[in-house]
Amino acid sequence: MKILALDSSGLVASAAIVEEDVTIAEYTINHKKTHSQTLLPMLDELKCMTELDLRTIDAIAIAAGPGSFTGLRIGSATAKGLGLALDIPIIPVPTVDALAYNLYGCDKLICPIMDARRNQVYTGLYMFHKGTGIDAGYDMTVVEKQCAVDIAWIAGQINNFGTDTEVLFLGDGVSVYREKIIELIKVKYSFAPACCNRQRASCVAALGTVLYQQGVMETAAVHAPEYLRLSQAERERAEKRESQICQ
Amino acid sequence: MQIKKDILILAIESSCDETAASVVKNGREVLSNIISSQIELHTLYGGVVPEIASRKHIEKINQVIEEALREANVTLNEITAIAVTYGPGLVGALLVGVSAAKAISFATEKPLIGVHHIEGHISANFIENKELEPPFACLVVSGGHTHLVVVKDYGEYEILGYTRDDAAGEAFDKVARAIGLGYPGGPKIDKFSKEGNPDAIPFPRAKVVGSNYDFSFSGLKSAVLNYLNSCEMKGIEINRADVAASFQKAVIDVLVEHSLNAVKEYGFDKFAIAGGVASNSSLRAAFETECGKRNIDFYHPSPIFCTDNAAMIGAAGYYEYIKGTRSGYDLNAIPNLRLGER
Repeated sequence: MKILALDSSGLVASAAIVEEDVTIAEYTINHKKTHSQTLLPMLDELKCMTELDLRTIDAIAIAAGPGSFTGLRIGSATAKGLGLALDIPIIPVPTVDALAYNLYGCDKLICPIMDARRNQVYTGLYMFHKGTGIDAGYDMTVVEKQCAVDIAWIAGQINNFGTDTEVLFLGDGVSVYREKIIELIKVKYSFAPACCNRQRASCVAALGTVLYQQGVMETAAVHAPEYLRLSQAERERAEKRESQICQ
Repeated sequence: MQIKKDILILAIESSCDETAASVVKNGREVLSNIISSQIELHTLYGGVVPEIASRKHIEKINQVIEEALREANVTLNEITAIAVTYGPGLVGALLVGVSAAKAISFATEKPLIGVHHIEGHISANFIENKELEPPFACLVVSGGHTHLVVVKDYGEYEILGYTRDDAAGEAFDKVARAIGLGYPGGPKIDKFSKEGNPDAIPFPRAKVVGSNYDFSFSGLKSAVLNYLNSCEMKGIEINRADVAASFQKAVIDVLVEHSLNAVKEYGFDKFAIAGGVASNSSLRAAFETECGKRNIDFYHPSPIFCTDNAAMIGAAGYYEYIKGTRSGYDLNAIPNLRLGER
């Protein structure tokens, strides 16, 4: 099974071709250029370098959100166009879950943090558990489902695990909230290093493969990002209506 | 003898609040023209909300493209090239069409052609007027644009004038809101004006100092608002239909005057209108009359090709394709793209 994976949910743009347990190619950049200008040229480069016949792709795994609204849509629209042209399904992979998958097999609590602006972060909590059998792989357990919250809220959840717990942080929100994390976290913690602390399409593909086996997939036509947030206009309209009802 | 192969353009448009796709044969024959409008959704907010528009585009884009292919009875394989609007427009909205078009072009190895939205509107005139060829003058009027353009050749334009502030359609929306007609203002004012007297209130016909062809509609809009306010202060009952009709007449007078001056100065015998406001019945009637008096052939697209649609992008895309225009996979959405620039 060959998967083409994309992640343009944050500052990083990443594309990968993964077949079973082999990453055939991966291209990740973390640069100011817009994803609209980078994502498809990167994919084209992967295709040329690996002499890839796109018709051999079985599915497209996409970091389906949360993340930058525009970034998510560039990735999703690209995946939808590919899915339409190649007639293959899309595997929507939760962005924060895919970030956590960077730290596969880690026995600590994993806390990805993405800057969500408006004083919030996109985050979640994850743990890996070894399956039964000496050679069994690890299953990722979602302890706290991906959400848009105040950094203090997720810090509180982590502190509730007690002082025996260790937590590993990763994601582009770490640099933004480092001071806050240091101030709030009462358990042992550390920050993941450069090799595994940002979005990577190979992680989206690897977790996508697991999800695919569980039957998680959709047609390219119905796929849309999971924003975890309403648009500002919808939010303000809902708030207005709520205050009217209260009066 | 070699049989000339048909050129089939799959066109995609998502610059504002319509998700659209179309298949156009040889630039002028529309095989399908699918438009998914979000207008009802945006009516709740009194105008287009960019983030909501972008979200809707991504939900609809594939269905619209698939339907366009199905209705045209062609497969993606039979398509010659993919054309897509890449500006001007709402950046988030444009990006959906641009990203999908690039991916389809990449996966099918078919040429990609980025098309200017206004070039699309102008080219809408080619669809139903098989005899129309450049050069001619064209007035593009919509919710976002007011341009007076010389179409020198296919894909070659000279901008004579444009609005210094509000687009004509924007003025319609704002005035419609002020007199309680709601969104979208254009069609509502058009209809409501028929019940009013266009000469009832002498609203100003704005001139832009030092420019024969530029437009300005914000002063007119303010004049309408001031009129409404002063009536209210003095306790004078407002005849809203008269306001609508007089406002509309003021807009149309300026559009007609500038356009016909240009046609005269450049010596054209052909004149066309395009864009959403080109559906306005009084605007059409005014041009019909004035062009008729001067023996000028007047062209205008049917309303379905005036509103944002992809068939017009397919028509423009065809002529760009013939000229050899090709876009790369780094094609980006350009919200303030100028006509004639790449």
